[in-house]
Amino acid sequence: MLKVYPFFLEAAWITILLAVLTAVLGLICGALGAAARLSRFAFLRFLGAAYVSVIRGTPALIQLFILYFGGPQIGIQLDAFEAGVIGLGVNAGAYMTETIRGAIISIDKGQREASRTLGLSQWQTMYKVILPQSARLMVRPLGVNINALIKATALVAAISVVELTYTAQRYIGSTYKPFEMFLLAGVLYMIIIYVTGRGVAWLDRKVQIT
Amino acid sequence: MTDPSHFVEIRHAQKSFGALEVLKDISLTVERGQIVGIIGSSGSGKSTLLRAINDLDPLTGGEVWLDGVQVNQKLSHRKYEKHINQMRQQVGMVFQHFNLFPHMTARENVTMAPLMLKGISKEEANTLAKEQLDKVGMLERIDYYPSQLSGGQKQRVAIARALAMKPKLMLFDEATSALDPELVEEVNLVMRKLAEEHMTMIIVTHEMDFAASVCDRVLFMDQGVVVEEGPPDVLFRNPTQPRTREFLRKHLEGAK
Ligand SMILES: Nc1ncnc2c1ncn2[C@@H]1O[C@H](COP(=O)(O)OP(=O)(O)OP(=O)(O)O)[C@@H](O)[C@H]1O
Ligand SMILES: [Mg+2]
Repeated sequence: MLKVYPFFLEAAWITILLAVLTAVLGLICGALGAAARLSRFAFLRFLGAAYVSVIRGTPALIQLFILYFGGPQIGIQLDAFEAGVIGLGVNAGAYMTETIRGAIISIDKGQREASRTLGLSQWQTMYKVILPQSARLMVRPLGVNINALIKATALVAAISVVELTYTAQRYIGSTYKPFEMFLLAGVLYMIIIYVTGRGVAWLDRKVQIT
Repeated sequence: MTDPSHFVEIRHAQKSFGALEVLKDISLTVERGQIVGIIGSSGSGKSTLLRAINDLDPLTGGEVWLDGVQVNQKLSHRKYEKHINQMRQQVGMVFQHFNLFPHMTARENVTMAPLMLKGISKEEANTLAKEQLDKVGMLERIDYYPSQLSGGQKQRVAIARALAMKPKLMLFDEATSALDPELVEEVNLVMRKLAEEHMTMIIVTHEMDFAASVCDRVLFMDQGVVVEEGPPDVLFRNPTQPRTREFLRKHLEGAK
């Protein structure tokens, strides 16, 4: 039993790396998605809305399978880890699109008007007035999105990325102890999620307006 | 059509929200240094007219001119943006609900636009903030956030923020309506001070006494038209239109 710990720790690092890369890609996709959904061009708004409904309307596992198993058929060759990061990141981005958009449109329209009245452009208004305020509103709900994406990293076990869930499954064969193996994986997930949650709560406190 | 000779000129302003016609062919001029009050019952179109002047609520018909330049020009998106930002820098606006930027201190509220748009230095911005906040009696609160200020104080900072752009016209949309009665006077005092400095102002208000004492001219609006206009002592004492009389009578009763 003790022999498996190092493998689990290593797997936990892979899970953390997956989660970090997924979160970064998700935030990028989310920012672009929100920008598209709020664009003054109808075509971009349509693209943004389509992205969100397609991704949220299908299981993440199917998206991963399409990318990893279906990808080579249309010329997309990715190793399992790459497919995991891209699949999960694009998936998380759809949820983050809605979070970011929600935080932006919830800012009182008087703020925009006051800024435009002073002569600031749309971009200056976004950058100096709207985003600093909505960023504060985004921290908590983005924390929820990140919590969800950490748990969703377990899905990439199905495309054989050697992360926590995959590792737990693998060592059931040699130890015959599925209860302990999955419990151990669960505890490690919980630690990762707990620490992340504390980080989000800290950031949320830090950015609040006095 | 020749360029208008008036400082502010609104020609045949018409505005509809869908099927609802809110402004019906309003024409109006304001000269440099004049103070014009707009009164009227709720929903009569006062805010819409005021907000049309800096194209915040674009008109569906008619023209707005400021100092020889048409504000609501039909231009391509990019050209319009450039043009309207230029125009808006010259027009200060004060809102009923202040709309201060909550993530900025009083100082930052006042200096943000001049720093972004006028390329002034940090030191110049600092001097400007002190000068403008002093003018509205808020110098000692220069590093306070809006959440730490009373309504009257917020509105005074909002006025300082508008003045920091050195506008040639100030628009007030019920600047004191959201304030507790005891805080109204401190804001009115600032506006009186601007009047003494001959700032051109258009003031939408529900306060007849204030309008009567600072305005050179008062307009009474009802259902999207200017029913009557004139010097305050004439409009308030001897209104000629029945609708004006009715409004003033109701208002007087309400005030009692
Ligand atoms: N964005 C909008 N969409 C639809 N209708 C609007 C909009 N803004 C204003 N209106 C309508 O236009 C009319 C005039 O509104 P406006 O705000 O100009 O009135 P007001 O004279 O300023 O009233 P108040 O004294 O209550 O501020 C009202 O009937 C209002 O419901
Ligand atoms: Mg109004």
